[in-house]
Amino acid sequence: MADNALSSQRLHDVPDQLTTDDGIPLKRKLAISMRRARWRAFLMTAPLVVFMLISFVLPIGQMLTRSVHNDSFSKALPNFSQALRDWDQKASSDGLPDEALFKLLAEDMAVAREERTIGRAATRINYDHSGTRSLFMGAARKAKKFEEPYKETFLELKPKWADVEMWAAMKRVASDTTTGFYLAAVDRTYDAENNVVAQDEVRQIYVKLFWRTLYLSGIITVLCFFLAYPVAYLLSVLPLAKSNLLMILVLLPFWTSLLVRTTAWIALLQTQGIVNDVMVWLGIIGEDGRVQMIYNQMGTIIAMTHILLPFMVLPLYSVMKTIPPSYMRAARSLGADQFTAFVKVYFPQTIPGIAAGTLLVFILAIGYYITPALVGGQDGQLISNIIAFHMQKSLNWSLAAALGSILLAGVLILYWLYNKLIGIDNLKFG
Amino acid sequence: MKMKLLLSAAAALAITAGSASAKDLTVVSWGGAYTKSQVEAYHKPWQAKTGKTITSEDYNGGIAEIKAQVEAGNVTWDVVDVELSDAVRACDEGLIEPIDPSILPAGADGSAAADDFLPGTLHDCAVANIVWSTIFAYDSSKIANGPKTIADFFDTAKFPGKRGLRKNPKANLEMALMADGVPAADVYKVLGTAEGVDRAFAKLDSIKGDVVWWEAGAQPPQLLADGEVAMTTAYNGRIFNAVAGEGKPFEIVWDGQVWDLDLWVIPKGSKNKEAALDFVKFSTATEQLAAQASWISYGPARKSSGALVGKFHNKDIDMGPQMPTNAANLKNATQNNFEFWADNQDELNERFNAWLAG
Repeated sequence: MADNALSSQRLHDVPDQLTTDDGIPLKRKLAISMRRARWRAFLMTAPLVVFMLISFVLPIGQMLTRSVHNDSFSKALPNFSQALRDWDQKASSDGLPDEALFKLLAEDMAVAREERTIGRAATRINYDHSGTRSLFMGAARKAKKFEEPYKETFLELKPKWADVEMWAAMKRVASDTTTGFYLAAVDRTYDAENNVVAQDEVRQIYVKLFWRTLYLSGIITVLCFFLAYPVAYLLSVLPLAKSNLLMILVLLPFWTSLLVRTTAWIALLQTQGIVNDVMVWLGIIGEDGRVQMIYNQMGTIIAMTHILLPFMVLPLYSVMKTIPPSYMRAARSLGADQFTAFVKVYFPQTIPGIAAGTLLVFILAIGYYITPALVGGQDGQLISNIIAFHMQKSLNWSLAAALGSILLAGVLILYWLYNKLIGIDNLKFG
Repeated sequence: MKMKLLLSAAAALAITAGSASAKDLTVVSWGGAYTKSQVEAYHKPWQAKTGKTITSEDYNGGIAEIKAQVEAGNVTWDVVDVELSDAVRACDEGLIEPIDPSILPAGADGSAAADDFLPGTLHDCAVANIVWSTIFAYDSSKIANGPKTIADFFDTAKFPGKRGLRKNPKANLEMALMADGVPAADVYKVLGTAEGVDRAFAKLDSIKGDVVWWEAGAQPPQLLADGEVAMTTAYNGRIFNAVAGEGKPFEIVWDGQVWDLDLWVIPKGSKNKEAALDFVKFSTATEQLAAQASWISYGPARKSSGALVGKFHNKDIDMGPQMPTNAANLKNATQNNFEFWADNQDELNERFNAWLAG
């Protein structure tokens, strides 16, 4: 009886307190082991997560920050900048600051020259208002000896200190956050009244380059498609021995260095190059009629099409490989001619491959840098080349960041459009 | 050779940031015949004297790499050969170490360094080593009765054929104005006005369709040798070395030359600052500057070196007449105005790029 009571009590216990051997409730034990598994999984992906953070999220974040934030002016001339931000240009009768501000400027300049930071401020203001660098450096060299009245001392040194437009520009650069670089990146600028106006026509370049980048990338993508489609088809239908050989022909250039392929095109296409030599030898063109095929847009298109071709061939091939040949035969036996069978049956099944290939090639193309730099000459340059220019030559990193951000936004918009139109689920890389 | 050049140009484009290991000193310069002249005249004797080793790296000018290294706090370059406008800008922005000119040795003739160096060659953070020049040159075996003036360079009717130009507004705008009849002394005065800039671009525009653009100093002699261009602007030493070293039939036209300085600078935070300073002192001494002039036709920055400049190192060629500063070569010449370029390069670069892309 006692036994019975015990067992019935146990039976009662079972539903709400399932325990393991060591007496810990099963639920908690399960949670612990699940948590442990999750941690293990997380630790295994941790290197990747850290890598992504360091190599992807941080730099892009930094780029976005740099494109709207530039404190090189206020860092070099802190007190002056602070006062200048509160200054109301419209309230002053001559559009110039008063004595107190000029005094701050002289004091800050003297310190900044000592600390060798004045050049950064001068460079910053020169981005916004060309021709002010030497004005700044000239004044900074003498700033230590400036005396009251400061305003007159500055104006006597160089009459340009009375330039109202320059002071408007200075007030703008005194604040650390600016949309100025984005404006510059779309060929716009501020006038003296802080209205957004179009940049001087002879200096407009970026919008044109963005359009050219899209246009050339489009052409390259279309060319890649038309060249890759038949190749991928052949690869998918040829017997294994032959298709392997063909595959090697596709992959060999893919594995060859980008620089080697680009310079090979230079050797082939230059005016004293192989293609021209052959054409002269065959008598197609005269010695004086050698064709300029490189160092222009044509060079960029040819070389980039060649280099990006495998990115189109491979996704197409992997999709075509999965299409059973019996479908085409079935269509034929049901009365469709070869063309109809291709258009109605075969082609629609390759669309995921086309989608993947075109997206891949297009996105790679709009960010391409080294090939257009080497073979693009003057009219075959893309937006990435001007970004590199601002990174390496002009050192206007904020403008480079603004251009890069616009390019990034463009890619994201394209991706979104693509998802809407074709659906990213339809994408097949293989 | 062509392939080698293309590859090296490509490699230079692809890999700009170099990596230096635990070497004693990394000296960065412009490559090719110019770096060779420095290796022979400066590096080898310095290594023999100190027992330290120098790693020599090439770059294509500008202060981007220095800025990147200094801002990242990972300075791998110790001594860099830069143009004057870049030296001044880098100094103003605190990217390079100040160099006290009083540490420089006196000239071989006993004159103090401050007097011995040519006017304008010593700066707060930089010591000049050479005077170089942008000239134009042609292949005399292909053009019999060659061009004589800078105006001829822009005259494609009189001298048909492609033209090589550096892909940079610097020197091109000055040459365009001189070709358009502006006296050398007034070039920057004219270029300082909006009409002057328009005028220079209009002149460049007149040959735009015929221009092949170059970026590295080693390219122009190669373009001439390949027959890719009929004439090209170039750094005078590169053309000289193609003639003296490789026997190329090139001819330099000095009319309308734009001369400039190259200076040693030490990036801020260099890990071998002492050795770097010692190298700068050593290489800009009278004998070393004179020795370099026997390897390439760039003028020494010291007056006392002038007297020691003799012949090319392995040929019977007097180096004196090959120097940009030789009186006969200076008849119609402009000195690069670093202040003008520091002020206007942002605007002019933008305009130049827009003009190129248009």
